[in-house]
Amino acid sequence: MITITVNGAPHEVDVEEGMPLLWVLRDVLNMTGTKYGCGVAACGACTVMVDGAPVRSCSFPAALAVGKAITTIEGLKSGETLHKVQQAWIAEQAPQCGYCQSGQIMAAVALLNEKPQPTDAEIDAAMTNICRCGSYAQIRAAIHAAAKA
Amino acid sequence: MGKITRRLMMFGGVAAVGGGLAVGYALLPYTTIDRARKLAGKSGETMLSAWVRIGTDNSVTVIVPHSEMGQGVHTSLPMMLAEELDADWSLVRMEQAPADMAFANLGLARGYLRGDKSIPSWMSGAADFGFRKVAESMNLQITGGSTSVRFTGVDGFRRTGAAARSMLIAAAAAKWSVPAGEIEAKLSKLTHASGKSATYGEMAEAAAAIAPPADAPLKAKKDYTIVGTPKARFDIPAKVDGSAKYGLDLRLANMSYAVVTASPVFGGTLKSVDEAPAKAMRGVKQVVKLPDAVAVVADNTWRAKEAALALKPEWNEGAHASVSSKSIYAAMDAALDAGKFEADHSVGDVDTALKAATKVVEGAYRVPYLAHATMETMNCTAQFENGKLTVWGGFQDGLGARAAAAKFAGIPIDDVTLHHTAMGGGFGRRGSTLNYLKHAIGVARAVQGPVQVVFTREEDMTQDNYRHASVSRMKASLDDKGKVNAWLHQFSEKFDPPEATMVNYDFAHQASRYVTGLNPIPWGPWRSVDHTQMGFFIETFMDELAVSAGQDPFEFRRAHLNGAPRHKAALELAASMANWSTKPAEGRARGIAMREAFGTIVAQVAEVSLGEDGRVRVHNIWSAVDPGEVINPATFTAQIQGGAVYGLTAALYGEITIDKGRVVQQNFPDYDMVRMADAPLHEVRFIESGARTGGAGEPGTAPVAAAVGNAVFALTGKRIRELPFKNFDLKTGTKIASL
Ligand code: FES
Ligand code: FES
Repeated sequence: MITITVNGAPHEVDVEEGMPLLWVLRDVLNMTGTKYGCGVAACGACTVMVDGAPVRSCSFPAALAVGKAITTIEGLKSGETLHKVQQAWIAEQAPQCGYCQSGQIMAAVALLNEKPQPTDAEIDAAMTNICRCGSYAQIRAAIHAAAKA
Repeated sequence: MGKITRRLMMFGGVAAVGGGLAVGYALLPYTTIDRARKLAGKSGETMLSAWVRIGTDNSVTVIVPHSEMGQGVHTSLPMMLAEELDADWSLVRMEQAPADMAFANLGLARGYLRGDKSIPSWMSGAADFGFRKVAESMNLQITGGSTSVRFTGVDGFRRTGAAARSMLIAAAAAKWSVPAGEIEAKLSKLTHASGKSATYGEMAEAAAAIAPPADAPLKAKKDYTIVGTPKARFDIPAKVDGSAKYGLDLRLANMSYAVVTASPVFGGTLKSVDEAPAKAMRGVKQVVKLPDAVAVVADNTWRAKEAALALKPEWNEGAHASVSSKSIYAAMDAALDAGKFEADHSVGDVDTALKAATKVVEGAYRVPYLAHATMETMNCTAQFENGKLTVWGGFQDGLGARAAAAKFAGIPIDDVTLHHTAMGGGFGRRGSTLNYLKHAIGVARAVQGPVQVVFTREEDMTQDNYRHASVSRMKASLDDKGKVNAWLHQFSEKFDPPEATMVNYDFAHQASRYVTGLNPIPWGPWRSVDHTQMGFFIETFMDELAVSAGQDPFEFRRAHLNGAPRHKAALELAASMANWSTKPAEGRARGIAMREAFGTIVAQVAEVSLGEDGRVRVHNIWSAVDPGEVINPATFTAQIQGGAVYGLTAALYGEITIDKGRVVQQNFPDYDMVRMADAPLHEVRFIESGARTGGAGEPGTAPVAAAVGNAVFALTGKRIRELPFKNFDLKTGTKIASL
């Protein structure tokens, strides 16, 4: 049994030591906003924040998150108000199929926490998530818009 | 042509074409309407037609038979209907039609029947369910070939909106005893000079009693208030807060999860497997053997995945165990050498013209297999209950998938219920090639309760249906003024669409021919289908001809477009957007290419530089796009940009290789993708020429590899004749990968 704290709420889960956080979120807690894309830390679809830092949850054992604050896409809103990054994503109409976008948004939130006014080069360096639909132009514009908001 | 009846017009005016076919088309819509009403009609609302529902609360619900893959079709089709209906856009909602015959894509069927050449024939064969061609086209609910807006929209939704509007007006005219011509319909409201007024909702029930007109007038473009203005997509809010439910997100009571491992050699079968190592693992419920695969069923995905890795299945590898990319290319080259060609298209007399020519230029090109690699891996959830089957998943052709499910399960189609989920990318993968559905049904047969069958990324990449590898040989003659006189294209394997091999330049003599039967790997339509490799072959060779003729690549193309004014205008716009006539910055160069795909012309200029590592960096792309007309400009721009990224990924990195009958690449580390840092700035401008509406999703993909390759040549003087570019040191033009 381990206890992990997701979006402020503690959850006691009975899982193996090595079970990645991604699958605990998706299949044990049924929080499916965090996505599976590759399982090998290569695509970023599974990005969540652990103590504010972006983490590829497919390759991060849930046991390592014990005692830390996990934030997922479901936890970005405050009340009914979307996070400014989510709002910018809507304003720029960034998602196409949308599947990568939870991870993209989490990576962007983490970037903006670190660098509130990122340059294009900083966006290139931090945003290494794959979008197979190719929505990069809209994502870049949305990050700049959120930085101004 | 058969007679067009009123009821038929409501469904996009299905015009039956001669003979036996007319009966089926004449009959279907009558039975269809009732069925459609039963399925989509809700109490308190009156069904005005199969594709729009106006509630007594004045809501307008547009029922869309296509799947949303991110191309925005769930918004653009309602826009077209709402425009003709003169609806208040803020009242318009969208619902995806159930996968039922009632929503068969009749607009598409109609386009198909009247012989519109640009409907890809892979769609008519979308399902080899044993239906005849007519039945197949009636069964099409497919989203692919960029057809949604082009056929369903133009033929179906506009007319439906116009018909609904005229029924509402007729109902008001009768009620108010005024001439219909005096009633104004605007923003979901009917008004008359006498002061009488009613909302559409108030008039909906009365309007339902009126026969749908076959010929309600369509609006003039200048009167549009919805179409052509950027509208926010309906599907986006759920895609920014994690609430959109994709196939993999389905969670049902008592659901298990299964991970499949199929024969790594295509066509192989399962010989044996020791189930014990998997069964000993925590959470594993059972191991299911299928004819060509083995599945581990567990209480969560990860446990199923880990246990599947613990199995060491043995396979009967079958006939393809010895094929490799090398052997496939060699067979293609040998077939081209042997010269047993299928005729494709031909104008003039190429062979004689080439023989008589004084200056002949040749080029040989090659492209590899490609996987779709949709961001959400293939998956499907299935459950058998009392002999009936329910499936949940993402399908580009819901109805086709339902028919396929019935066939796989060996039960009547009426015993299959299909629920659409959101789709994490399609690009052709979730259309006619349905191994994930087949596996899900196979596993569900053996399992109590619903089971979610998941392809790991590795399985997804190695069990795809691939864009085929292809080899191309070009030959053309130049006259003394530097104009092309004859053009001959000989290549291996042709799939679809048939016109992808056409060249729009004015060549007096041109022909294309191909060899076939050389592809042992499962084929599937891949974003823009044959245009992907044809764009590269044709537009790279065109560049080589310009160089041979000593001309600027833009001017050279332009000089060959006198018979194609739309193409010429697009090319000129792209060149002016890119400031083609000016010199690029030091260390940079530009390349140009163009392609017409699915009715949309895209001319592209790419500006590149080379990194220290000899790799190309694409800084800018400028696209001039003529799709005839633009429905939702925001979505269309994103589709052209996204399509170009898809094509750029193929150009830079995309390569599936075959060894011992197996796909070598497993996951993104060895099948890399364009990411943010690689994504160019991409400016898109439209020319609304008024031509028949073209597609949005695929045309942006087709020219990009050639535009980039031509830019690399302009920079280095080295011509790269095969993809992907990662296999070359572009500075020296030498190949650094082995194949
Ligand atoms: S699923 Fe974790 S990085 Fe791809
Ligand atoms: S929106 Fe489809 S993968 Fe990014």
